[in-house]
Amino acid sequence: MKKTLLVLSLLIAPVVIYLSCSKVLPGAPADDEILDGPVESLTSEQKRMFLRGDVAFNDEVFTKETGLGPIFVATSCGTCHAGDGKGHPFSTLTRFGQSDTISNQFLHLGGPQLQHRGINGFQPETIPAGATFSSFTPPANTGLGFLEAVSDATLLSLADENDADGDGISGRPNWIAVPQYAMLRPGTVVRGGKYIGRFGKKAAVYDLLQQTVNAYNQDMGINSSYEYLNTYNGQIADPEVTNQTVQDVVFYLQTLKAPVQRTPNDADVQAGRQIFQTINCGKCHTPQMQTGSSPIAALSNKTFFPFSDFLLHDMGPGLNDGYTEGTAVPAEWRTPPLWGLGLSKNSQGGRYFLLHDGRARSIEEAINLHGGEAQGSRNAFQQLSASDRAKLIKFLESL
Amino acid sequence: MKRFILLILPALLFIQANAQIDPELLRKPQNDTGSLKLNMDAVYDRPFTKAGKLPVALGGYMETNYQYLGQDGVTEGHQFQMRRLTLFVSSSISKRIKFLTEIEFEDGTKEINIEFASVDVEFAPLLNFRGGVVMNPIGAFNQNHDGPKWEFVDRPISATQMLPATFSNVGFGVFGKKYTGDWVYAYEAYLTNGFNEGIIDNSENKTYLPATKADPERFEESFNGSMLFTGKLAVRNKRVGEIGLSYMGGAYNKFQDDGLVLDKKRLAKIYAVDFNTTLPTKTFITGEWAWVTIDIPDTYTEQFGRRQQGGFVDIVHPIIQRTVFGFEKATLNAAVRLEYVDWNRGTFKSTGDKIGDEVYSIVPAISFRPTPQTVLRLNYRYNWQRDLLGNPPSKLAGFQFGLSTYF
Repeated sequence: MKKTLLVLSLLIAPVVIYLSCSKVLPGAPADDEILDGPVESLTSEQKRMFLRGDVAFNDEVFTKETGLGPIFVATSCGTCHAGDGKGHPFSTLTRFGQSDTISNQFLHLGGPQLQHRGINGFQPETIPAGATFSSFTPPANTGLGFLEAVSDATLLSLADENDADGDGISGRPNWIAVPQYAMLRPGTVVRGGKYIGRFGKKAAVYDLLQQTVNAYNQDMGINSSYEYLNTYNGQIADPEVTNQTVQDVVFYLQTLKAPVQRTPNDADVQAGRQIFQTINCGKCHTPQMQTGSSPIAALSNKTFFPFSDFLLHDMGPGLNDGYTEGTAVPAEWRTPPLWGLGLSKNSQGGRYFLLHDGRARSIEEAINLHGGEAQGSRNAFQQLSASDRAKLIKFLESL
Repeated sequence: MKRFILLILPALLFIQANAQIDPELLRKPQNDTGSLKLNMDAVYDRPFTKAGKLPVALGGYMETNYQYLGQDGVTEGHQFQMRRLTLFVSSSISKRIKFLTEIEFEDGTKEINIEFASVDVEFAPLLNFRGGVVMNPIGAFNQNHDGPKWEFVDRPISATQMLPATFSNVGFGVFGKKYTGDWVYAYEAYLTNGFNEGIIDNSENKTYLPATKADPERFEESFNGSMLFTGKLAVRNKRVGEIGLSYMGGAYNKFQDDGLVLDKKRLAKIYAVDFNTTLPTKTFITGEWAWVTIDIPDTYTEQFGRRQQGGFVDIVHPIIQRTVFGFEKATLNAAVRLEYVDWNRGTFKSTGDKIGDEVYSIVPAISFRPTPQTVLRLNYRYNWQRDLLGNPPSKLAGFQFGLSTYF
């Protein structure tokens, strides 16, 4: 009898364990607590492509043998974009040499991007004497596909280059030259042979293909058939990443979901949202936008909530680093989307590093560093009661 | 699937089965566990079988397991794994000259390694000469790693993902022991081929000593022409237990090639302390802790740790020791392993904040040993791992069930 009970126990135990397996595993974080994950309604084929891109983006680490460098900024995409969120001062990159909208005088000395790391035996770059420079903290990757799918017409409709409405805010696109491999989107607007840039701190990148190819080449020293010049010696180099992998990563970036707002119905959050509008933050940080037609059905004609107009604004002398890209002058910065702001700490080591170079260590400090076209909103923020400021911050942290 | 199992379970209870094991095959001598054995003795402290007039004795062990692990809500599902099949061959060439080799097949035939293949020549108990492929005696686990000896499915994280266990190299060395009453003192010292630049050029995106094992040439030539020194001192008291202090160090970079000086010699140094003891309650405690310092080129940033540390402690308590299912002296153990590894001790230059890149782990376990050479083990693993930036930890957990036995 005793032996039978023992046998019975031994047979039941694995069944109990099997049945309880899923109960004892760490649960998935709520969808609104993380930035990664795909947009809804991808097809099975698209999900497979997303997963391939996910692996290439987050898991593939380049080494000397697989083409890293020889000078570089980071060894993988994921190094700078932990959890697809904002980066840390550790992974900040530096661009140098261009102080006007005409040309970069330091291209022959390694400009525009500083590769400040090198594999053993290779000296990394330093900023040449006399070169102006600016540091860029890596942005979050989320929702980029929605931005890419916005029509040029929509962006131009938000622009007010000459401040025709007299509100002191005059957003404008950055007009840039596009690389030969760029696939121009339908309805793209051309002005003087230049196109609207929409990615990067100064909106100097046309689309996610250019962004991805540049990051492989300039950040990791990985040549592709799109960008085949070695960053170290300027010579033509063999591709070190396949076109398929590049396209998988582009697709991954296109189909990362948009951040989901947390506690949108909280009374303080709603009050904060009202204050956000009242003090005109929303004039640049446009809450809502609409995509146009996209070859990816999940992104086509969708309403999304980036809290950005993706246009350039003069942010005043305090944020003027003396460095520029495209037609953006040094004090002009593209309005950074605020979606995902409250989750930034989870990818920045538990602390905020905000604004283009991470100089602001809190949302409040970031607001207080606004100037230029945002001076009025900053002044209004400073005049709010402590309670209203707290509500506004709570709203921003809910994004 | 779950319903199927629930239906079939009662039926299984009434099926009578006969054991298919021929007891004649189990005629291997039991080991003497009463003497003062040290971790350094583990390589020969294994069951061997000698058949007829064969000039060699044979042995080995295998490890297989099932696991269901999940990380942050995502699981790869049910996994069955053939972790290891290891074959030993030993031979007493003369009374004081012996040979042993250990050939390991990991994950099926994904990795096939000669882990150990050495000739030992005993000039005196305090002076033995060893040559061939030796296991560098850093810490205890690298010397004493056979699956059936442990109550845990996974090997310790610090031993395999910070230290490069199991790590063996071609070289020569000496070792010896001195017995005095209840005490035994021992030393080991080896010069072998050593590390390579995989330590800082690997797909782990960090300073990673185990990557040095990926060099297929290391049993044929030294990567940089310099020697790796490994030394260990150990002492054991019959009543108290064993403690060992060990060091392994050498250059890991290609500092010269074809007569040209390319770089300065960059050293990787490892210091370790290991211990084990059995309490009066028969509770067995074993563990090791190691510190690593590595001279990283200035062109590498804080991502590559200059200092690492980590270790583990296993606590194993026998709950039942009696005849079970006809197995005499069968043992049921309760055990727990606590682990920690910090792959990057230091702070960020840009912020002054502590660098993350660390893991904590706790592994409660139950193991059943029908014989001392065979273990069935059920583990529940829970890891907390922080990335380089110290972001909220990724959590991994799940069940592992394994079987490991000498044969």
